[in-house]
Amino acid sequence: MRGIIHNTIVDGVARLMVPFIQIFALYVITHGHYGPGGGFQGGVILAASIMLLRLAMGEEEEHRRFSPTAAAAVAATGILIYFAAGLLPLATGGVFLDYAREPIPWLQGPELRSLGILVVETGVGMVVWGTLVILFDYLIGSEP
Amino acid sequence: MKALTALILGAFFLLFVYAESDLPRPGDPAAPTRVHITPRYIEGSFPETKTPNIVTAVLADYRGYDTLGETAVIFTAGLAVMLILPRALRRGKRQ
Repeated sequence: MRGIIHNTIVDGVARLMVPFIQIFALYVITHGHYGPGGGFQGGVILAASIMLLRLAMGEEEEHRRFSPTAAAAVAATGILIYFAAGLLPLATGGVFLDYAREPIPWLQGPELRSLGILVVETGVGMVVWGTLVILFDYLIGSEP
Repeated sequence: MKALTALILGAFFLLFVYAESDLPRPGDPAAPTRVHITPRYIEGSFPETKTPNIVTAVLADYRGYDTLGETAVIFTAGLAVMLILPRALRRGKRQ
Protein backbone atom coordinates (compact mmCIF):
# COMPACT_ATOMS: atom_id res chain seq x y z
CA MET A 1 0.00 0.00 0.00
CA ARG A 2 3.01 2.30 0.30
CA GLY A 3 3.76 4.72 -2.51
CA ILE A 4 0.32 4.58 -4.08
CA ILE A 5 0.13 5.94 -7.63
CA HIS A 6 -2.61 8.53 -7.94
CA ASN A 7 -4.73 7.92 -11.00
CA THR A 8 -7.22 10.56 -12.08
CA ILE A 9 -9.76 8.03 -13.34
CA VAL A 10 -9.64 5.89 -10.20
CA ASP A 11 -9.76 9.02 -8.02
CA GLY A 12 -12.69 10.49 -9.91
CA VAL A 13 -14.73 7.29 -10.02
CA ALA A 14 -14.16 6.67 -6.30
CA ARG A 15 -15.14 10.22 -5.39
CA LEU A 16 -18.22 9.96 -7.62
CA MET A 17 -19.36 6.57 -6.36
CA VAL A 18 -18.78 6.86 -2.62
CA PRO A 19 -21.66 9.24 -1.79
CA PHE A 20 -24.11 7.00 -3.66
CA ILE A 21 -22.74 3.87 -1.98
CA GLN A 22 -23.13 5.47 1.43
CA ILE A 23 -26.66 6.71 0.72
CA PHE A 24 -27.54 3.20 -0.45
CA ALA A 25 -26.06 1.80 2.79
CA LEU A 26 -28.28 4.09 4.86
CA TYR A 27 -31.24 3.02 2.70
CA VAL A 28 -30.45 -0.66 3.31
CA ILE A 29 -30.22 -0.11 7.08
CA THR A 30 -33.49 1.83 7.34
CA HIS A 31 -35.31 -0.33 4.79
CA GLY A 32 -34.83 -3.43 6.91
CA HIS A 33 -38.38 -2.90 8.20
CA TYR A 34 -39.93 -3.32 4.75
CA GLY A 35 -37.72 -5.62 2.73
CA PRO A 36 -34.36 -7.34 2.58
CA GLY A 37 -31.75 -5.39 4.45
CA GLY A 38 -30.86 -4.35 7.94
CA GLY A 39 -27.90 -3.46 10.08
CA PHE A 40 -25.50 -6.22 9.06
CA GLN A 41 -25.87 -5.66 5.32
CA GLY A 42 -25.91 -1.86 5.49
CA GLY A 43 -22.86 -1.81 7.74
CA VAL A 44 -20.96 -3.94 5.26
CA ILE A 45 -21.83 -1.55 2.42
CA LEU A 46 -20.71 1.46 4.51
CA ALA A 47 -17.42 -0.29 5.27
CA ALA A 48 -16.99 -1.10 1.57
CA SER A 49 -17.28 2.60 0.71
CA ILE A 50 -14.54 3.43 3.23
CA MET A 51 -12.35 0.64 1.82
CA LEU A 52 -12.86 1.95 -1.72
CA LEU A 53 -11.67 5.40 -0.60
CA ARG A 54 -8.62 3.89 1.14
CA LEU A 55 -7.69 1.90 -1.95
CA ALA A 56 -8.17 4.82 -4.34
CA MET A 57 -6.77 7.76 -2.35
CA GLY A 58 -4.01 6.07 -0.40
CA GLU A 59 -4.10 5.47 3.31
CA GLU A 60 -2.26 8.51 4.66
CA GLU A 61 -4.83 10.91 3.26
CA GLU A 62 -7.74 8.67 4.19
CA HIS A 63 -6.57 8.02 7.75
CA ARG A 64 -6.67 11.76 8.35
CA ARG A 65 -10.35 11.76 7.41
CA PHE A 66 -11.45 8.52 9.11
CA SER A 67 -8.77 6.97 11.27
CA PRO A 68 -8.72 3.35 12.50
CA THR A 69 -9.22 4.78 15.99
CA ALA A 70 -12.40 6.50 14.80
CA ALA A 71 -13.55 3.18 13.33
CA ALA A 72 -13.04 1.50 16.70
CA ALA A 73 -14.99 4.32 18.34
CA VAL A 74 -17.85 3.82 15.86
CA ALA A 75 -17.97 0.09 16.58
CA ALA A 76 -17.93 0.67 20.35
CA THR A 77 -20.66 3.30 20.07
CA GLY A 78 -22.79 0.86 18.07
CA ILE A 79 -22.66 -1.85 20.72
CA LEU A 80 -23.34 0.76 23.42
CA ILE A 81 -26.46 1.86 21.50
CA TYR A 82 -27.66 -1.74 21.42
CA PHE A 83 -27.05 -2.20 25.15
CA ALA A 84 -28.71 1.13 25.92
CA ALA A 85 -31.80 0.11 23.93
CA GLY A 86 -31.84 -3.09 25.97
CA LEU A 87 -31.28 -1.47 29.36
CA LEU A 88 -33.63 1.54 29.05
CA PRO A 89 -36.85 -0.54 29.45
CA LEU A 90 -35.58 -1.64 32.87
CA ALA A 91 -36.12 1.94 34.04
CA THR A 92 -39.89 1.65 33.45
CA GLY A 93 -40.30 -1.84 34.85
CA GLY A 94 -39.87 -3.86 31.67
CA VAL A 95 -37.44 -6.67 31.00
CA PHE A 96 -34.13 -6.52 29.08
CA LEU A 97 -34.68 -5.66 25.35
CA ASP A 98 -38.45 -5.19 25.82
CA TYR A 99 -38.76 -2.27 23.39
CA ALA A 100 -42.46 -1.79 24.19
CA ARG A 101 -41.39 -0.42 27.60
CA GLU A 102 -38.88 2.17 26.34
CA PRO A 103 -39.42 5.40 28.29
CA ILE A 104 -40.80 7.48 25.39
CA PRO A 105 -44.23 8.71 26.52
CA TRP A 106 -45.76 9.81 23.18
CA LEU A 107 -45.44 6.41 21.47
CA GLN A 108 -47.46 3.25 22.17
CA GLY A 109 -46.41 -0.40 22.28
CA PRO A 110 -46.16 -1.52 18.63
CA GLU A 111 -44.72 1.81 17.44
CA LEU A 112 -42.15 1.67 20.22
CA ARG A 113 -41.15 -1.84 19.20
CA SER A 114 -40.77 -0.68 15.58
CA LEU A 115 -38.59 2.21 16.76
CA GLY A 116 -36.60 -0.14 18.97
CA ILE A 117 -35.89 -2.38 15.99
CA LEU A 118 -34.62 0.64 14.02
CA VAL A 119 -32.37 1.77 16.89
CA VAL A 120 -30.97 -1.73 17.31
CA GLU A 121 -30.36 -2.13 13.57
CA THR A 122 -28.51 1.20 13.58
CA GLY A 123 -26.31 -0.07 16.40
CA VAL A 124 -25.64 -3.31 14.53
CA GLY A 125 -24.78 -1.32 11.39
CA MET A 126 -22.26 0.81 13.29
CA VAL A 127 -20.61 -2.25 14.84
CA VAL A 128 -20.27 -4.01 11.48
CA TRP A 129 -19.06 -0.83 9.77
CA GLY A 130 -16.40 -0.08 12.38
CA THR A 131 -15.25 -3.67 12.75
CA LEU A 132 -14.82 -4.24 9.02
CA VAL A 133 -12.82 -1.02 8.67
CA ILE A 134 -10.64 -2.16 11.61
CA LEU A 135 -10.13 -5.57 9.97
CA PHE A 136 -9.18 -3.92 6.66
CA ASP A 137 -6.74 -1.47 8.23
CA TYR A 138 -5.01 -3.97 10.46
CA LEU A 139 -4.84 -6.75 7.87
CA ILE A 140 -3.37 -4.34 5.32
CA GLY A 141 -0.81 -3.66 8.04
CA SER A 142 -0.58 0.12 7.90
CA GLU A 143 -1.25 0.54 11.61
CA PRO A 144 1.93 0.51 13.76
CA MET B 1 -6.40 -46.69 17.40
CA LYS B 2 -7.47 -45.75 13.90
CA ALA B 3 -9.77 -48.78 13.75
CA LEU B 4 -11.36 -47.73 17.06
CA THR B 5 -11.91 -44.17 15.76
CA ALA B 6 -13.47 -45.53 12.59
CA LEU B 7 -15.69 -47.83 14.64
CA ILE B 8 -16.92 -44.98 16.87
CA LEU B 9 -17.51 -42.70 13.88
CA GLY B 10 -19.36 -45.46 12.08
CA ALA B 11 -21.54 -46.10 15.14
CA PHE B 12 -22.41 -42.39 15.35
CA PHE B 13 -23.13 -42.34 11.60
CA LEU B 14 -25.60 -45.19 11.98
CA LEU B 15 -27.13 -43.50 15.05
CA PHE B 16 -27.64 -40.26 13.11
CA VAL B 17 -29.12 -42.09 10.13
CA TYR B 18 -31.52 -43.85 12.51
CA ALA B 19 -32.42 -40.57 14.27
CA GLU B 20 -32.87 -38.78 10.93
CA SER B 21 -35.68 -41.19 9.99
CA ASP B 22 -37.78 -39.70 12.82
CA LEU B 23 -37.27 -36.05 11.73
CA PRO B 24 -40.14 -34.37 9.87
CA ARG B 25 -39.70 -34.19 6.08
CA PRO B 26 -38.39 -30.82 4.77
CA GLY B 27 -41.38 -28.59 4.09
CA ASP B 28 -43.77 -30.77 6.05
CA PRO B 29 -46.63 -28.46 7.12
CA ALA B 30 -47.34 -30.62 10.18
CA ALA B 31 -43.80 -30.26 11.61
CA PRO B 32 -43.83 -29.01 15.22
CA THR B 33 -42.07 -25.70 14.41
CA ARG B 34 -44.65 -24.92 11.72
CA VAL B 35 -47.62 -25.76 13.90
CA HIS B 36 -47.19 -23.22 16.68
CA ILE B 37 -44.15 -20.93 16.12
CA THR B 38 -44.52 -20.03 12.43
CA PRO B 39 -48.23 -19.08 12.53
CA ARG B 40 -47.57 -17.06 15.68
CA TYR B 41 -44.94 -14.93 13.88
CA ILE B 42 -46.88 -14.65 10.62
CA GLU B 43 -50.08 -13.53 12.35
CA GLY B 44 -48.63 -11.66 15.31
CA SER B 45 -45.50 -9.87 14.12
CA PHE B 46 -47.19 -7.00 12.26
CA PRO B 47 -49.81 -6.08 14.89
CA GLU B 48 -47.24 -6.41 17.65
CA THR B 49 -44.26 -4.62 16.11
CA LYS B 50 -45.65 -2.59 13.15
CA THR B 51 -42.84 -4.10 11.07
CA PRO B 52 -43.96 -5.64 7.75
CA ASN B 53 -40.73 -7.65 7.37
CA ILE B 54 -41.21 -10.72 9.56
CA VAL B 55 -37.51 -11.62 9.31
CA THR B 56 -36.48 -8.26 10.75
CA ALA B 57 -39.10 -8.48 13.49
CA VAL B 58 -37.86 -11.92 14.54
CA LEU B 59 -34.18 -10.95 14.23
CA ALA B 60 -34.25 -7.69 16.15
CA ASP B 61 -37.27 -8.03 18.43
CA TYR B 62 -38.35 -11.59 19.26
CA ARG B 63 -34.77 -12.83 19.06
CA GLY B 64 -33.11 -9.56 20.04
CA TYR B 65 -30.99 -11.19 22.72
CA ASP B 66 -29.48 -13.51 20.12
CA THR B 67 -28.68 -10.62 17.80
CA LEU B 68 -27.08 -8.74 20.70
CA GLY B 69 -24.78 -11.70 21.21
CA GLU B 70 -23.95 -11.87 17.50
CA THR B 71 -23.10 -8.17 17.46
CA ALA B 72 -20.91 -8.57 20.54
CA VAL B 73 -19.09 -11.46 18.82
CA ILE B 74 -18.37 -9.30 15.76
CA PHE B 75 -17.16 -6.45 17.96
CA THR B 76 -14.96 -8.82 19.96
CA ALA B 77 -13.45 -10.18 16.74
CA GLY B 78 -12.51 -6.62 15.74
CA LEU B 79 -10.97 -5.96 19.16
CA ALA B 80 -9.00 -9.20 18.97
CA VAL B 81 -7.59 -8.20 15.57
CA MET B 82 -6.60 -4.81 17.01
CA LEU B 83 -4.83 -6.49 19.93
CA ILE B 84 -3.10 -9.35 18.13
CA LEU B 85 -2.10 -8.08 14.70
CA PRO B 86 0.17 -5.14 15.66
CA ARG B 87 2.09 -7.50 17.96
CA ALA B 88 2.44 -10.08 15.17
CA LEU B 89 3.62 -7.38 12.76
CA ARG B 90 6.24 -6.13 15.18
CA ARG B 91 7.51 -9.66 15.73
CA GLY B 92 7.71 -10.12 11.98
CA LYS B 93 9.81 -6.98 11.60
CA ARG B 94 12.30 -8.05 14.24
CA GLN B 95 13.08 -11.36 12.53
